[in-house]
Amino acid sequence: MDINDLRSIYTVLAFAVFVGIVWWAYSAKRKRAFDEAAKSILDDDAPDAGK
Amino acid sequence: MQSQATYNYKVVRQFAVMTVIWGIVGMLVGVIIAAQLVWPELNVHEYLSYGRLRPLHTNAVIFAFGGCALFATSFYVVQRTCHTTLFAPGLATFIFWAWQLVIVLAAVSLPLGFTSGKEYAELEWPIDLLITVIWVAYAIVFFGTIGTRKTPHIYVANWFYGAFIIAVALLHIVNSAAIPVFSEGLLTPKSYSAYSGVQDAMIQWWYGHNAVGFFLTAAFLGMMYYFVPKQAGRPVYSYRLSVVHFWALIFTYMWAGPHHLHYTALPDWTQSIGMLFSLILLAPSWGGMINGIMTLSGAWHKLRDDPILKFLITSLSFYGMSTFEGPMMSIKTVNALSHYTDWTVGHVHSGALGWVGMVSIGSMYYLIPRLFGKSEMYSTKLINVHFWLATLGTVLYIAALWISGVMQGLMWRATNADGTLTYAFVESVKASYPFWTIRVIGGTLYLAGMFLMAYNMFKTIASGKAVDNAPVLAPAGAH
Repeated sequence: MDINDLRSIYTVLAFAVFVGIVWWAYSAKRKRAFDEAAKSILDDDAPDAGK
Repeated sequence: MQSQATYNYKVVRQFAVMTVIWGIVGMLVGVIIAAQLVWPELNVHEYLSYGRLRPLHTNAVIFAFGGCALFATSFYVVQRTCHTTLFAPGLATFIFWAWQLVIVLAAVSLPLGFTSGKEYAELEWPIDLLITVIWVAYAIVFFGTIGTRKTPHIYVANWFYGAFIIAVALLHIVNSAAIPVFSEGLLTPKSYSAYSGVQDAMIQWWYGHNAVGFFLTAAFLGMMYYFVPKQAGRPVYSYRLSVVHFWALIFTYMWAGPHHLHYTALPDWTQSIGMLFSLILLAPSWGGMINGIMTLSGAWHKLRDDPILKFLITSLSFYGMSTFEGPMMSIKTVNALSHYTDWTVGHVHSGALGWVGMVSIGSMYYLIPRLFGKSEMYSTKLINVHFWLATLGTVLYIAALWISGVMQGLMWRATNADGTLTYAFVESVKASYPFWTIRVIGGTLYLAGMFLMAYNMFKTIASGKAVDNAPVLAPAGAH
């Protein structure tokens, strides 16, 4: 097995990881946590100045 | 319940003010070199000649203006989204002053002619070493803050900033590797790249394109993911999309560099890989653009009377345009026409003035009043005038260079029936003058807007008071 086989394997693995990320991000059980994360920065709207 | 701790706004404030100052300096140099192309007699001295000032312009707008904007916003965003104060505040202070020193050293050494000749990495090795130290400090402060966060989740903007910090460290170290030469003494730095030939060229454009990808794209997307939702008062359109397009950008950008070296000594297959990955990049780029713009869906009316939102959303439109144009220009047959012409310069400025400039300006208009205890800038009307100056300036600039670029490409490739060239090179230069004049006008308008911004900023500062007591808020759901 030469280094180019390793490169091919790495490319395929990287693609599989990416597909996994897409699957994970779009899985139904992540939805609530993501919605909360998206809203989290807006819950923070107290005035910046402490007065 | 709020804890006693306060957000560290001092370093944010320092970087925010310097963003505007360096913006003016960098863009002024840009207008000067644009004018030198139209009126060559403006090259009054070797220190102020086009060849010396051009790298000063690019370094100033990217690393001084853009860099300060990124330090300011990343330090602000990471504190507020992690609900904690900045980690290692002493290091943050060091980063500010050391970064200003780097900028001053660049402003002195480049006109003097010290350059390693690598585009966007011209600074000589002593300055490169200082940048390395600053960058390590930056990583410690940023990731240290993430590590001490009070929220379980790391908000997406921080992922983009974090990727930018890691990638730029890698790019800077690898591309700046050089052998110093001391024959002229320590004060006349000179070095030779650690690489040679086509490998050197490939590493340079691996660096160059990822400077675009991670410095000018990922980091500013981090800015976008905080300031667009905040200014619109709505959560980002699709958080899932932000996760997916983040990883798609990370997996893809590293491979696009070869499109800078089409039809050179670079192996043909490498060029094709670069073109392919550049085309793939359209998808994650537009993922970000759509996500940002659609954040406004259902609240489009806010665009009518909020000039800050106009800046932010227009920046995303230019981002979408230039990330469509980029992949098109990476196609070899298109590149055969566009390469080495003004089209490339127009494309870069569509991204630089339109995307990076406007998203930074919009974010600064959000940030500056909050750092000085005001609810808004001194004059919202002036922000609106600035918006139209910037938009008109950008459109004039890029439209002029599209036309001159395509014209140059067509003139250079035109041949007569007997195979000789139809035009001498100088004829294409002559034909470019009207468009270069329009570019000067466009750049001047954009610069004029920056002066208005500085006036507006100083008026805001004068009537406000530096905020150093903003309490660290407990995360929602924690009380």
